[in-house]
Amino acid sequence: MAEAETGLAPDEQVYFYQDDRDAECPFAPPPGLRALHDKAPVSRARIWDGSTPWLVTGHAAQRAILSDPRVSSNDKQAGFPYPNHVMAEGAPHHPLTIFNADGADHTRIRRMMTRPFTRPRMEALRPQIQQFTDELIDQMLAGPKPADLVTAVSLPLPSLMICALLGVPYADHDFFQEHAQWATRSDKTVEQQNAANAALGGYLANLLQKKMEEPAEDVLSDFAARIKDGDLNLPEAVMLSMILLIAGHETSSSMITLGTALLLDNPGQLANLREIDDTKAVANAVEEILRYLTVPQLGQRRIAAEDFEFEGVEIKAGDGIIAALPAGNWDPEAFPDPEKLDLTRKASHHVAFGWGIHQCLGQQLARIELQVVYGTLYRRVPTLRLAVDRDELDFRPADALAFGISELPVTW
Amino acid sequence: MKVVVDEEKCVAAGQCVNAAMDVFDQRDEDGIVVVLDEHPPAELADDVRNAAAICPALAIRIEE
Repeated sequence: MAEAETGLAPDEQVYFYQDDRDAECPFAPPPGLRALHDKAPVSRARIWDGSTPWLVTGHAAQRAILSDPRVSSNDKQAGFPYPNHVMAEGAPHHPLTIFNADGADHTRIRRMMTRPFTRPRMEALRPQIQQFTDELIDQMLAGPKPADLVTAVSLPLPSLMICALLGVPYADHDFFQEHAQWATRSDKTVEQQNAANAALGGYLANLLQKKMEEPAEDVLSDFAARIKDGDLNLPEAVMLSMILLIAGHETSSSMITLGTALLLDNPGQLANLREIDDTKAVANAVEEILRYLTVPQLGQRRIAAEDFEFEGVEIKAGDGIIAALPAGNWDPEAFPDPEKLDLTRKASHHVAFGWGIHQCLGQQLARIELQVVYGTLYRRVPTLRLAVDRDELDFRPADALAFGISELPVTW
Repeated sequence: MKVVVDEEKCVAAGQCVNAAMDVFDQRDEDGIVVVLDEHPPAELADDVRNAAAICPALAIRIEE
């Protein structure tokens, strides 16, 4: 329908959003995406299902569209630009969540989830994050060389923290790490992803029922209490728990792995970071690395709820809209010389956590995890280096929800 | 400088606390913004303006 209205033929040449990165610059957004942005901050692009939603690439335009009340997150509507088959097939069956709700519904659900993730609460976890990080590095150093940083640090640290917060036994981490990864990976079939989601859902439903009988001080117990009070039903609570468990794994994990690979590729910046003895300066470096890498590479997806003019284009009700976050974070208007990694750059206005009312709920946890890891790993292991050539690294494909590297062989 | 916040709009992202922790805090029960200092001193003005600029919910208004 969108094609007919805009006169775009199904095979008309427009930019394909899920374009490959340049193997020479694997950390940069795809060159085609940057070239598209050079022409206009909003343009049509084709996605995996052949549809041609609006792709918003400019930083200011992304912030404007993602806080515009005429734009909806309701992914049960025809025309919604789903990132892949699994989401397209699953969306009609999902209960309301922080992802697909608008307005008052969104506020109601989000406020049931915000308490455990406030900045002061996350700051209070810093010593625990530091302790886990030190222990994981100790174990890596005591083991064989080369080591895989993903299994040694990147996955276990966020996993330990999200388990502690949610009240999920870490002893089960093999089970849910695998399933949480499957749910976000494009190299799994729809059947495998659905099976992974079902297995995780069953596991969490069981745990929520246990928490209803024996509550503890954790997020799942909060949700269990809300089920008892009638604020949530079990499927909603399972979905919210699953969102937290999955989101808590892949994104922070990717940032640890990719951030390390990026810093090893920028030895001057890494040397500066190693010398920094000031929490604020490390925090600033984290913002720049978040900007540079923009892990949610498929962007934030929306659908227009009414007709309106935006940045010189006529958006119609029902049109799909995607804020291509990696492009916004490399918009030279917002970040001069975006290809330059500069850990002293003021970058806190980046959109790596999205923008608008749906901005990442776990961002303060992610930040402190990254501040601790980036502030510790390269000091404790000053000779840390890749054990393979950069060309041999297995970067996640362009259609994976989270940009990442599946293994990072390192030695020291 | 006067800081005005809209609790209804706030989504508890915590960005304002990152930007200016002497001026903003979050309610313990749900993370909603709390203003610690409605009239922050001049030396914090830049941080407070940044807090307003990076609030994803546009819930902070500065009256200069």
